[in-house]
Amino acid sequence: MSNRRDFIKISALGLGGAALAASSYSLVKGSSVFAGPDTRAPFRVQQLKRFPTYCEVCFWKCAGWTYVNEENEIVKIIGNDDDPHCYGRLCPRGTGGIGMYNDEDRLKTPLIRINKGGQPSYKEASWEEALDLIAEKMKEIKSKYGPESFALLKHGTPGSHFEHLFRAYGSDTVGEPAYAQCRGPREVGFSTTFGSWVGSPEPTDIRDTKCLVLIGSHIGENMHNSQVQEMSEAIDKGATIITVDPRLSTAASKSKYWLPIKPSTDIALLMAWIHVLIYDNLYDKDYVEQYTYGFEQLKAHVKNMTPEWAYGITTIKPNVIRETARTMADAAPSAIVHPGRHVTWYGDDTQRSRAVAILNALLGSWGKRGGFYLKEKLGLPKFPHPSYPHPEWSWETLGEKYPLAGMGITTEIIKASIPEMAEHHEVKAWFVAGTNLPKAIPDKALVKKARNSIEFLVVVDTMPMDITKDADVILPECTYLERYDGIRSATNRTPNIALRMPAVEPKYDSKPAWWMAKQLGERLGLGDYFNYNDFSEVLDWQFQQVGTSLDEMQKTGVMNFDRETGSPYIAEGEPYEFNTNTGKIELYSTDLASLGFDPMPVYTAHPEPPYGFYRLIYGRAPMHTFSRTANNPNLTDLKKENSLWVNPKVAKLWDLKTGQYVWLKNQDDVVSSFPIRVRVTERIRWDSVYMVHGFGHTNKKLSRAFGKGVNDTEMITNVMVDPIMGGTGMRGNFITFLTENPGKEVEL
Amino acid sequence: MRYAMAVDTKKCVGCSDCVVACQTENNVPIGYCRDWITETVDGTYPNVEVELRSERCNHCDNSPCVRCCPTGASHIVDGGIVMVTHNKCIGCGACIQSCPYDARFSHPEGYVDKCTFCSHRVKKGQNTACVSVCPTKCLYFGDLDDPNSDVSIALKNRKYKVLAAEAGTKPQIYFLT
Repeated sequence: MSNRRDFIKISALGLGGAALAASSYSLVKGSSVFAGPDTRAPFRVQQLKRFPTYCEVCFWKCAGWTYVNEENEIVKIIGNDDDPHCYGRLCPRGTGGIGMYNDEDRLKTPLIRINKGGQPSYKEASWEEALDLIAEKMKEIKSKYGPESFALLKHGTPGSHFEHLFRAYGSDTVGEPAYAQCRGPREVGFSTTFGSWVGSPEPTDIRDTKCLVLIGSHIGENMHNSQVQEMSEAIDKGATIITVDPRLSTAASKSKYWLPIKPSTDIALLMAWIHVLIYDNLYDKDYVEQYTYGFEQLKAHVKNMTPEWAYGITTIKPNVIRETARTMADAAPSAIVHPGRHVTWYGDDTQRSRAVAILNALLGSWGKRGGFYLKEKLGLPKFPHPSYPHPEWSWETLGEKYPLAGMGITTEIIKASIPEMAEHHEVKAWFVAGTNLPKAIPDKALVKKARNSIEFLVVVDTMPMDITKDADVILPECTYLERYDGIRSATNRTPNIALRMPAVEPKYDSKPAWWMAKQLGERLGLGDYFNYNDFSEVLDWQFQQVGTSLDEMQKTGVMNFDRETGSPYIAEGEPYEFNTNTGKIELYSTDLASLGFDPMPVYTAHPEPPYGFYRLIYGRAPMHTFSRTANNPNLTDLKKENSLWVNPKVAKLWDLKTGQYVWLKNQDDVVSSFPIRVRVTERIRWDSVYMVHGFGHTNKKLSRAFGKGVNDTEMITNVMVDPIMGGTGMRGNFITFLTENPGKEVEL
Repeated sequence: MRYAMAVDTKKCVGCSDCVVACQTENNVPIGYCRDWITETVDGTYPNVEVELRSERCNHCDNSPCVRCCPTGASHIVDGGIVMVTHNKCIGCGACIQSCPYDARFSHPEGYVDKCTFCSHRVKKGQNTACVSVCPTKCLYFGDLDDPNSDVSIALKNRKYKVLAAEAGTKPQIYFLT
């Protein structure tokens, strides 16, 4: 049937159209394995109950309603209309969040590692036994090395419960991959320029923009919900989109201008745009005069960075650079050069983010409608607890080589776990919650070595991820649909809060993170920090402080508040002080200058692929989040493995065909554990290959995800570290194809 | 009354939210779908065009699936929605063969299944599940006989095409280009 369907689709396209039918999304009807008949009664004839939640499939945290039928089964999840993160529409992952609950491969009971004849294996344990063991180890580490030696590596809402536990215990050795492996450089780039982090959701006023510039940011493939919705609204209103990407991303395909840049040369393009804005007199003179510092230095700095100069580097034609700069200036101040999100590419990422920030400053877009709004969030009083002890050292100490690191650098915590690499202090144990380190941290050998050096590893997750294979104790967390969690209060145009509450009882013997943290706290004699029986008491107390209650929030899910800091936009000529050393937007960064870094961005050339190798570019698919959804039955139904995008010219050289499996080898001779399907497509440059991140799972307990596709992180062994904040640049890796099975032994 | 849908290909990002929302709303078993995403790529790097489309049953005016159904299970209801009465369907699959859009499939419980334009929701004045969830709002649904319906307004203001027009089935899913 699928062949016939393909044929029909091609014929419907007219001449010259190369069709990729539904199979590109693995959704050929009848071809997937059927999991058994669903005997549920048609729920539409039933009375459904709904419970508020906010999503945990990704970290945009959209608020929604979990619908439960009379048999207490979750039937669907729908967005909350009052929520500014989703405007009532969840993305495919939020809609498919039900699969996270239903996944039969979930962690079901606490597990403790035992060694059977030298081989690691696990025994099922009671919560009493598992928690007692962890508490005992926490006490032991504390008395032997100090509490700081127990590190917390975390992501998502479970992380905050354990962070509270760890701070009470005496450790602030805390890190998350969301910083040094993802957003960190742009937070530093923007705070050294505007005195403000970008944060999440980004304060981009996309719905009212007239020009949106995306540099390697693929909105629409990254489903950051309200941004995707607002981009669509902007398209309706006739906004111009300019996309810079070596790949024809979905966003690029919606753009008036697609600049198919040579990878790693973005700073040259950004500096040429800055040059054109200044030397063609296109910048916002009043704004620059009133709000910025260092314009004359910047003008002198970019004097020779002409579009002709950039053409030789970026392969983008000078007239296109000029025309796009003019387009931005025409739209200004309703123009956004987007800060991006995953920006750890080449090790000079803070400087690239600085260039993006400077460009926005010249367009006068910060604090303007259609540019960047001035964000605000609701401050929530913390539930009373004794003050935390002061640790002797922390994430800051471990990351002090990187002076502007604003959060824990996971890779520094990992290095400190290897005695011969530890510079000041040694980390002796890890508590890992909600993050799958082997897929998040580049240089797998380093992670492995660190894991083998530490004395104890606890993993909290809902699923048996790669990291759980290495744990001493595994604690099964219930999913977000089965638990209370902290109140969501994020920055936005107007302050807002959202409640997550359980819609059903936790499946199996899984438990919420707040409960685990409290149980451990009590065992460590820290009961005063957990002065409640149920987390709902904490929520009710906090809600009361801001004028509502748990009862009311259970009915509304979301509550919006008025702003307290005035308009989200700076009025024409309004005095405004930025949170920088000079009180101005720093085109010339006084912070970077005083630390000995380039005060203004400089383009440096990065290594190019050797002969026969191609640059590995990775990104996201709209129906998956990192590696955490790869086994979700609803979402794997949409996409069960990643594919390798290869330009037809390259495919011809190597005689590769769409659908064929190949193994990959990188510049350091690292071979992929599993093969990946080739997708021959004109959407990718000839010097690069592309794959979606998060596949190639090595845990056999993931029945749908195990061995499906290649884990891009496995192929990333060359890491270019950002000297300013410790970010791990991951785009300098090159791969070649192995068409025969190299017979690599997969570490299971 | 004539229900129809328009899909704005300039906005669709192919995220497949329509597919999951349909599956959970209509209890479609995993491994099957009533709507799906098609991607077409045309041109040579860097002059390439991509079109993403959310597709489903076209609820054709001249529907071969209804004509060839031996039991009358496939039928047309108010508003032109093509429906299948599950307990009248013998699962012979003639309709599956006749559909130029491959919009029908054999449900594991033995009958043929397909998009119903969420008639259970539409009856109550709600939008279809796919339209309600779409993050890009690229789907427009409504009554073509009502000039103020979302779909009528979309078709009035934009260029559009239908798929496999040559099959002569008079499909009612329009693609805005």
